[in-house]
Amino acid sequence: SGSHLTAKMSAVQWHSRNRPYEAELAAGCLGAVPVEAGDYHPLKPITVTDTRTRRPGRKGSSSSSSSSSSSAPDPLSSMLDGTDPLSMFAAAAGDASVPTASGESGRKRREKEEEEGVGIDFEPWATKRSEILARFTTTEKLSINLFMGLDKGKAPSPGSAVSEKVRTRLEELDDLEEGSQKEMLNLSQQDYVNRIEELNQSLKEAWASDQKVRALKIVIQCSKLLSDTAVIQFYPSKFVLITDILDTFGRLVYERIWTMCSDSKPFPESFSPEDVNDTAKETCLNWFFKIASIRELIPRLYVEAAILKCHRFLSKAWVSSNLSNLSKLLMSAPLVICHRSLLAQIGMEVSPHLKDSLNRNFFDLLTTFQQVHSDSVQNQLLLQHVEIPAYLILYSPAVHWILQCVSYRAPEALLTEMMERCKQLGNNALLLNSVMSAFRPEFVAARATDFIGMIKECDEAGFPKHLLFGSLGRSLASADPPEADRLGILNEAWKVITKLRSPQDYINCAEIWVEFTCRHFTKREVNTVLSDIIKHMTPDRAFEDAYPQLQSVIRKILTYFQDFSVLFSMERFLPFLDMFQKDSVRVEVCRSIMEVFIRCQQEPTRDPVILNALLHVCKTMHDSVKIKTNIGIKCSLKLLLYCIFRRCKIVKSPCDETFVLISVKLCTCRFENPVLVFFCQTVNQLAMETRRVMRGNHSRKTAAFVRACAAYSFITIPSLTSIFSRLNLYLLSGQVALANQCLSQADAFLKASVSLLPEVPRSLSVDGKLRSSEGFLLEFINNFLSTLLVVPDHPEQGVLYLVRGLLNIIQDYTWEDNSDAKVRLYISALHLLAALSQENYLYCVPKVDSNETLYGGDPKFVAEINKLCETLIGQVLDHLKTLGREETLRRQSSLAFSLFSSLVAHADLRNNRLNQLAINLWSLSQRHGFADTRTSVRTLEFIKQQSRQPDMAHFSELALRLPLQTRT
Amino acid sequence: MSTSLDIRLKRANKVYHEGEVLAGVVVIVSKEAVQHQGISLSMEGVVNLQLSSKSVGVFEAFYNSVKPIQLISGNIEVVKPGKVPSGKTEIPFEFPLHVKGNKVLYETYHGVFVNIQYTLRCDMKRSLLAKDLSKTCEFMVHSQPQKEKLLPSPVDFTITPETLQNVRERSGLPRFQIRGRLNSTSCVITQPLTGELVVESSEVPVKSIELQLVRVETCGCAEGYARDATEIQNIQIAEGDVCHGLPIPIYMVFPRLFTCPTLETTNFKVEFEVNIVTVLHDDHLITENFPLKLYRV
Repeated sequence: SGSHLTAKMSAVQWHSRNRPYEAELAAGCLGAVPVEAGDYHPLKPITVTDTRTRRPGRKGSSSSSSSSSSSAPDPLSSMLDGTDPLSMFAAAAGDASVPTASGESGRKRREKEEEEGVGIDFEPWATKRSEILARFTTTEKLSINLFMGLDKGKAPSPGSAVSEKVRTRLEELDDLEEGSQKEMLNLSQQDYVNRIEELNQSLKEAWASDQKVRALKIVIQCSKLLSDTAVIQFYPSKFVLITDILDTFGRLVYERIWTMCSDSKPFPESFSPEDVNDTAKETCLNWFFKIASIRELIPRLYVEAAILKCHRFLSKAWVSSNLSNLSKLLMSAPLVICHRSLLAQIGMEVSPHLKDSLNRNFFDLLTTFQQVHSDSVQNQLLLQHVEIPAYLILYSPAVHWILQCVSYRAPEALLTEMMERCKQLGNNALLLNSVMSAFRPEFVAARATDFIGMIKECDEAGFPKHLLFGSLGRSLASADPPEADRLGILNEAWKVITKLRSPQDYINCAEIWVEFTCRHFTKREVNTVLSDIIKHMTPDRAFEDAYPQLQSVIRKILTYFQDFSVLFSMERFLPFLDMFQKDSVRVEVCRSIMEVFIRCQQEPTRDPVILNALLHVCKTMHDSVKIKTNIGIKCSLKLLLYCIFRRCKIVKSPCDETFVLISVKLCTCRFENPVLVFFCQTVNQLAMETRRVMRGNHSRKTAAFVRACAAYSFITIPSLTSIFSRLNLYLLSGQVALANQCLSQADAFLKASVSLLPEVPRSLSVDGKLRSSEGFLLEFINNFLSTLLVVPDHPEQGVLYLVRGLLNIIQDYTWEDNSDAKVRLYISALHLLAALSQENYLYCVPKVDSNETLYGGDPKFVAEINKLCETLIGQVLDHLKTLGREETLRRQSSLAFSLFSSLVAHADLRNNRLNQLAINLWSLSQRHGFADTRTSVRTLEFIKQQSRQPDMAHFSELALRLPLQTRT
Repeated sequence: MSTSLDIRLKRANKVYHEGEVLAGVVVIVSKEAVQHQGISLSMEGVVNLQLSSKSVGVFEAFYNSVKPIQLISGNIEVVKPGKVPSGKTEIPFEFPLHVKGNKVLYETYHGVFVNIQYTLRCDMKRSLLAKDLSKTCEFMVHSQPQKEKLLPSPVDFTITPETLQNVRERSGLPRFQIRGRLNSTSCVITQPLTGELVVESSEVPVKSIELQLVRVETCGCAEGYARDATEIQNIQIAEGDVCHGLPIPIYMVFPRLFTCPTLETTNFKVEFEVNIVTVLHDDHLITENFPLKLYRV
């Protein structure tokens, strides 16, 4: 109650002026001037013209479309939907490549490729390299054994042919490192890699400091490591690491000889052996002779292969003859196929035209293959506890590489021949596997049925069949088999896949085939596949080890099924999602689904299937968000949720809505401000929408719904962190509740916001800066006051209890020193009170009885208002008195003028005391020369103008009593 | 004080033949002018023979026969006593490689007991106070190409326990059969030795297969001689348990300097052989020997 305020005796008794609002409106309204389309007007709807390049496939290079929207574009969706710089870049590249590929420059490029032998469509070694490194790893301990001075006794030092100087240097080196055998045991894989890198560095250093012999020794020692097959699982990676060193060495030698060629003028990149001078040739020959005398086979082969490129300096004929020599030399030794792959690699680099040697290489390899089953290999494997299938997989990179080289732009006939050869070898699974992955997908796809037949005939023991089907699936994912065969292929493949017992094998294979299924079949088949995967992966929670693959399945499905009504009508899709039980993964998956949804669903949807499913997805994602979750992820999720709900038209029928709301609630409780604010707004919007649909007459059902909406907001708002968000949302929700005739809810909202006010801090941080909250608070309270006009009094509470409560809060709030905020709010409250005392209110809420009807202008009610007003005026006047000091005179003037204006607008100035008060206030505001002359003049004019209105004659007299200050 | 003397031959590979002209420049680099008593060049080709320690006692009788054999020698004065100006001075020279009488310039060869070496030595004589400067440089001589056409002489071979000689206990040997072929035992020194080899069967896994190049040097004359075989190089051609039935290439480049065309003279002989060495996993060592004849064409 207003006990604080009523205590003070006020000198002035209040009488509200009667305001004929409608007449005022009619008199004061300015005619609207229509704005032409082209005219500028700040309030005109924003028109966005967005120009977007269409897909490169279109013939018309680019078409620009301009769309005008009635509201500002959603910055978020434009961020997500718009052409991002990267895809624009890609599109541009695509554009560029289309004409050139067929045009003349395309031919030129092809010619150039012919020259170089290898086109851009050839997958380079470098990509293979990292693939291998990532795939073949070990946890076992490795060892490096380097005998730096070992060669001395056994072979005549290869360097001694060069000169005395070299010979002595070599001897020095030998002395230096004699017996400096370094054996490093128990190295972890990382240590090993580091050691090899160190060797690579010391090779470069040795070379740079002109210690060529030392460099050669390092290289030899490194390649010797390749003959060590201990820890065979790591071998392919080891191979890659060591060939890196060899590459470095080869490059160093080549560069050195190359610089020797350029005596004075720069040496051309494309040269013939005739251009090379004798010194360079001699140096080059020396290298070859040195290397030819390396005792051990493997180092000799590798080092020779490393510098094979240098043959360019000697003669053209050399290259091919040596290459074939090398390929002939490559025999025996475990994992010799790796060695062959190196040859193929170098072969491709040096002379890609020499396909013959490659082919022969491959056929030789087929012959050597039987070696795998020899006793010694078996024993070795037994010793290392490696199973045959695992062992065979070690070969795959090498075989694959060779086949890739062989099949690169190879004629069909050759490929067919290769296939035949494989068949002759009893459908050797390893080869079949590599054939499928290395040959052109189109080739494989066209013969997919044959391949399936061959796979079936393969020896089960050797190479795991799921890998074969995996390779086939990969080919089929990028090339289409004949239409008639497709179903047969899928059935055959899946028959095998579904029988795989190991979940890991199963999912690896299934993941690949999902793409084929999605590509050619309908949701029915995909659904079947999904249910099969669920069946396989659920026992023993096998899915826990297969998240990457399962994610990939989702990705593939999303690529092919972008129509969400189809996607979500797959029964097993959501159960499939349930397998993602690790939070981070689940968030990731849900996110990708939502991203696709946002990208593909341009129109807001109200399809219940989509909505339900999407809510499930959102909920799942939401539940996975934990406090620990990275802030960045949280933010992006928020954006996604926001976008999703912008796309969904949630309103349909109240029943659904309630469900939706509950779900929304579930979906959001862990999110921070912006999303929650958004949802509160959405819920309010929903309620208003319902009201619109029901034309303001709620049925029982809808009434319950809007109450539910209010309840949602009421429980959500307290969890917001920003106090002003809370206040504003309380107010808004209160207004909405009022509009929906939920009086007690509205009351609760408003009460809540009033009781929240004392908590408003005096300053708050805005954009990282500390700012006074006073402005916000004034704005809010003013807004709140105008709402209070239509809020009917609670039957169990006293008259105007909300207004009183607010005023009490205002009085008790610790305002800033030297601030007039409190008093200004009193003046605002005065306006409200004046409005409340009118017979007909300025505005009202349809179907809600405001105080005007409740009290019907009851004199008791008016008296109550007047009493309050008196108190308020007294407060203002008291405050004015305190502003009499020199430095506050300006404030005094402004405040006095403000009160004066209020009196003019709201008070009945026919009352003498009020009239006198107004005149006093006027003169107070003018007294010290701080009044704004223009405002004063216009106020006077207004008063004069008002005097012409009926019942306002007293204003003319008033105007006469208001002297303007004279400037001195 | 820092005066350097160097010989640079015109040919980068330093290879010359009989009848050709050995040409090049003497390079003197000095910061200040150099006073000298004359600069001379001497060229010499010598065969050095040496007896192995095991032969020394036995053949003391013909110690005399192992004194160096001079093949060619020459001496010219490049510059008369005087002064070489400061900076870099290049003095060209030419030596015709002509032999006296019926002597032949054998090909350069660096062996253990036989060395055929050609050197060029430059001397700068200086006053008593300054030390004489000298510089030696080796140049290579390749013997004259062979006149008649070289016919390939292929050799097929089979190695089984039965074909082996020098076996103490034949019964302890594991079973094996290796077949092979050398494309020619008459080899052109600049071309690799080629052939192939097939391990047809082997009871014990093969550990390694190697080609051992051996020089056989003989010193002495009709009265008595020392013959020593030593390894030049050992090249592995197969490692590990090779794939049975698969032809393994035999391929070896003849090292320069350490090989020369097969040489037979009255005082010494240089011959070459190749051993195909198969090492089994139980460390059995099976060696098959092939004499080679090297030619230059």
